[in-house]
Amino acid sequence: MFSLFLEQLLNGLQSGVMLFLMASGLTLVFGVMGLINLAHGSLYMIGAFACAAVAAWTGSFWLGLVTSLMAAAIAGALVEMLIIRRLYNRDHLDQVLATFALILIFSEGTRWIFGSFPLFLSVPDFLTGTVILPGGSQYPLFRLAIIVAGLAVAVGLFLLIGKTRLGIRIRAGEADRGMIAALGVDIDRLYTIVFALGAALAGLAGAFVGTTQSVQVGMGEPVLILAFVVIVIGGIGSIKGALVGSLLVGFTDTMGRFLLPHAFATFLDPSSATAIGSALASMLIYIVMALVLFLRPSGLFGATS
Amino acid sequence: MSDAILSLSDVTKQFGSLLASDSVTLDLRPGEIHALIGPNGAGKSTLIKQIAGEIKSDRGDIHFNGQNINALDAVARSRMGLARTFQVSSLMPEFSVLQNVMLARQSVSGKVFRFFKPVLGDKSLVEPAMAQLERVGLADRAQMRAADISHGERRQLEMAVALALEPKAFLLDEPMAGMGPEGSKRLTGFLDGLRGQAPILLVEHDMDAVFALADRISVLVYGRIIATGTVDEIRGNDDVKRAYLGEEA
Amino acid sequence: MTMNREFLINSILAIALIAVPLIALGMDEPFIITLATKVAIFAMAGVGLNLVLGYGGLVSFGHAAFFGIGGYAAGILASHALNYEPIMESPFLIEGTTQMIVIWIVALIVSALVALVIGAITLRTSGVYFIMITLAFAQMIYYFAISWPAYGGEDGLSIYVRNGFPGINTLDPISFFALCAVMLAIAMVFSAVLIRSRFGLALQGARQNPQRMTAVGIAPFRIRLVAFVISAMITALAGALYADLNRFVSPTMLSWHMSGEIMVFVILGGVGRLFGPLAGAALYIILEHLLGGVWEFWQLPLGVLLLLVVLFARGGLVGVLAGERKHV
Repeated sequence: MFSLFLEQLLNGLQSGVMLFLMASGLTLVFGVMGLINLAHGSLYMIGAFACAAVAAWTGSFWLGLVTSLMAAAIAGALVEMLIIRRLYNRDHLDQVLATFALILIFSEGTRWIFGSFPLFLSVPDFLTGTVILPGGSQYPLFRLAIIVAGLAVAVGLFLLIGKTRLGIRIRAGEADRGMIAALGVDIDRLYTIVFALGAALAGLAGAFVGTTQSVQVGMGEPVLILAFVVIVIGGIGSIKGALVGSLLVGFTDTMGRFLLPHAFATFLDPSSATAIGSALASMLIYIVMALVLFLRPSGLFGATS
Repeated sequence: MSDAILSLSDVTKQFGSLLASDSVTLDLRPGEIHALIGPNGAGKSTLIKQIAGEIKSDRGDIHFNGQNINALDAVARSRMGLARTFQVSSLMPEFSVLQNVMLARQSVSGKVFRFFKPVLGDKSLVEPAMAQLERVGLADRAQMRAADISHGERRQLEMAVALALEPKAFLLDEPMAGMGPEGSKRLTGFLDGLRGQAPILLVEHDMDAVFALADRISVLVYGRIIATGTVDEIRGNDDVKRAYLGEEA
Repeated sequence: MTMNREFLINSILAIALIAVPLIALGMDEPFIITLATKVAIFAMAGVGLNLVLGYGGLVSFGHAAFFGIGGYAAGILASHALNYEPIMESPFLIEGTTQMIVIWIVALIVSALVALVIGAITLRTSGVYFIMITLAFAQMIYYFAISWPAYGGEDGLSIYVRNGFPGINTLDPISFFALCAVMLAIAMVFSAVLIRSRFGLALQGARQNPQRMTAVGIAPFRIRLVAFVISAMITALAGALYADLNRFVSPTMLSWHMSGEIMVFVILGGVGRLFGPLAGAALYIILEHLLGGVWEFWQLPLGVLLLLVVLFARGGLVGVLAGERKHV
C-alpha cells in the first residue's frame, strides 16, 4: 500500500511540474500583457506533434525535443506578431473569442495535417526501464526524468525572472506596462519574447507528456483548463503562485483520484464507491479553487487591487 | 456638533508605512459649504473614498444624519442620501444624457427590480430627470449620448446626476476640474445657490471658487487637518501659508 | 417602432426563419426543417447568454452548464418514465415524465437554483477571475455527468421517443419546429421587454460603469445575479428542446466547447443586439452544413471567420448590416 501511495505521490509531482510549465507561461502572458490566451493548449499540442513527427522521422527523441521547443516558440512568436498583438488593448471578451478561434484553427489544422489518430512518441532508449522505489514498486525512469527536467526548468525560470535583465523588464512590465514603454524598452519585442517563452514552455510540456500518454488533437484542452485553475488559485501574474498552484492541483487531482474511491469503499459497496469517488475526484480541483477564491479572491499570491 | 449632517471623528487610514489619513476630524453643518483644500498628495481623495464608503478606515467614526455609518457600504451610504461626484466624470457613456439621470431617479424611487414596464416612457422618471437637466442647463442635450458631449457638459451631467438623488449632503470632488474660466464662474454661481438644498463638502483646487463659496475651510496636509476656519481665518493662518507656499491654485 | 435599418434586418431574419422550413416542407426536405429547428434552439441558447454577455457585459464561459442541465432534465425525466422507474420513492414519490411542459418547469427550476449558487459565488469576482471561475463550475458539472454512470456517463442518454406536448405531434418535424420557433419568439420578446425595463437600464448601467451604479445607490451584484439566473433559465430551456430534437443528451452539451459555441453564436450575430443570436446561430448552422458538407475541417475557416469578426467587425452580422446604434 505504501509503495502504491509513493507511486501516486510521484505521479502527482509529475503532474504538478508539467502543469507548472503550462501555467507559468499562461500567467506570464497575463501578468505582463494583460492577455487571456485560450490557445495556450494548442501550443502544448504543437510541441507534442512536432516532437512526435520529428522523432518518428529521424529516430531521435532529442532532436524531436529540440524541434518541439523551436516549433512552439516560433508558432508562438508568429501568432503574437500577427494576431495577439492586436488584442492587448481589447477587452477580455475579445481576447477569449479570438484565442478560442485560434484553438479551432490550430486543432482543425493539425487534424488536417496529421489526421485524427493519435501519434505515438517512444521513450528514448536510455531512459526506458524502471527504478525501484522504497517500498518495492517499480517506477518508470522516464517519468522521474521528466520530473527532474521540469524542476530544472522551473529553477531556470525563476533565475531568468529574478536575475536577468529580461527578467527585470518582465517584472517591471507586470507592475506598470505604460511606464516601461516610456522608459524606452522595446515593448513589441519584449511582448513577443514573453509570448514565445510561454509557448516554448507549453511545447516542452506537451512533448514530455506526449511521451507518457499519446499525442492527439485536443490533448491540450484539459491541461489548459487545469492551468487556468492553477493560475486562478495561485494568483494571476505570479510565477510563485503558479508553482504552488500547480503542485497543489497536481497532487490534489492525482491523490484524489487514488484516495477517494478507496475512502468511499470503506463504507460503500465497490461499484458505488468507484462511481461516487471518481465523480467527486474529478470535481475536487474545482471545489478547491472555489474555496481558495472564496477566502482570497485574487488567489494565493495575486495582487490585491 | 450634534446637528452636523456629516461628521468625521479621528478617521485614520494607513497604507503600509504611508499614513494617508491621520486622525481626521471635521464636520459638515446644514446649509454650509465646507471646502477641503490641501496640496497634492495630501490625502484628499483617500478621505473622500472613506466618506463615500469605497475604502474602510482603520480607525475612527463617520456619522451621517445622526447615524454611525462605519459598517455601511457605498451603496447603502448613497441610499442614505450622500451624493458624490467624481473628479473624473463617471458616467454611462452609451446612455443618453437623460438616461444617465433617469438611472439616478430610478434608484431614488426604490423601484429598480421592475421587469415589464418600458423605462423610457415612464413619466415618473422622465419628468424629474428632465427637470434636473434643466437646472444644470443640459436640457437640450437630453437625447445625446453621454460619450458625445463636451467635457464641460459631462461635468454638468455629473452634477445633474447628483442632484437627481435628492441627497441630504453633497460630496463634490473637484467639480471645477478641467473647466475654463467661464464654466467655473457659472458653476460657482450654481453651487452658491445649492447650499440651501443640502450642505456641500467641496474638495477643490480652484482657490477663487473656494474663497467665493466656502463658509468654512479645512486644510489637509500629509493626511492631517492643520486648520479649520472661515475664509479670513484660513487666509491669515501661518501654517496654511507655509504649507501652500508657492502653490498655485 | 421606428423603421430603422436594424428593424428591417430583424424582420428579414424573422421571416427567413419561418419561410425556410415552410419551403422545405413543400419540397419534402425534412432535413432542412431539422436544421431550422437547430437554428431556433441555438438562437434561444444565445438569447439567454446575450442577456448577461451582451447587455450585462459578463463573460460567462460556463453557460453550457445550463444548456446541459436543461438537456439532462429532459433526458432523465424521460428515461425514468419510459422505463417505468420512479426517480425517488421516499420521502416523496417522484416519477419521470414525458410531458415537455413538466420537463421545462423542472429545467427552469433546477437551472435557476444552480445559477443562483454559481452566480452568488462567481459574481463576487470580476475580469479574468470571473471568466475562469464560470468555466470551472461548468467543468465541474461536466465531469460529474461523465462519471455518473446512472445516466450514461460519457456515452450519454437516449430519449427513445420524443417527449410530448399537448395538441402537437412532436415527432412531426414541422410541428416540432413550430414549437421551438414559438419558444424562441417568447424568449426574445421576454428579453426585449426586460432590456427596456428599469431592470434592463440598471443592468446595462452596471455593464458600463459599476462605480457609478454604486454611487447612485444600486448594487451591481444584485442586478447581475438576477440577470444571471434569468439568462441561465432561458439557456436551459433551449437545452431541453435540444435534447428532444436529437433524442439524445450527453456530457458534450456541458463541455466548454459548447460554452464557446454559444458565445460564437452571440458574437457572430452581434453582441447586445436583440436578433444577434438568431443571426449568429443561422450563420453558424449554414456554415456547418455548406462548408461542412464540402470540407471535413470546416471549423478551420469558421475559426478564421470568428477571428476576423472579433478583430474587424465587432458588431457582428447585425452590427455590420444595421450600423451603429444611436444610444442604448
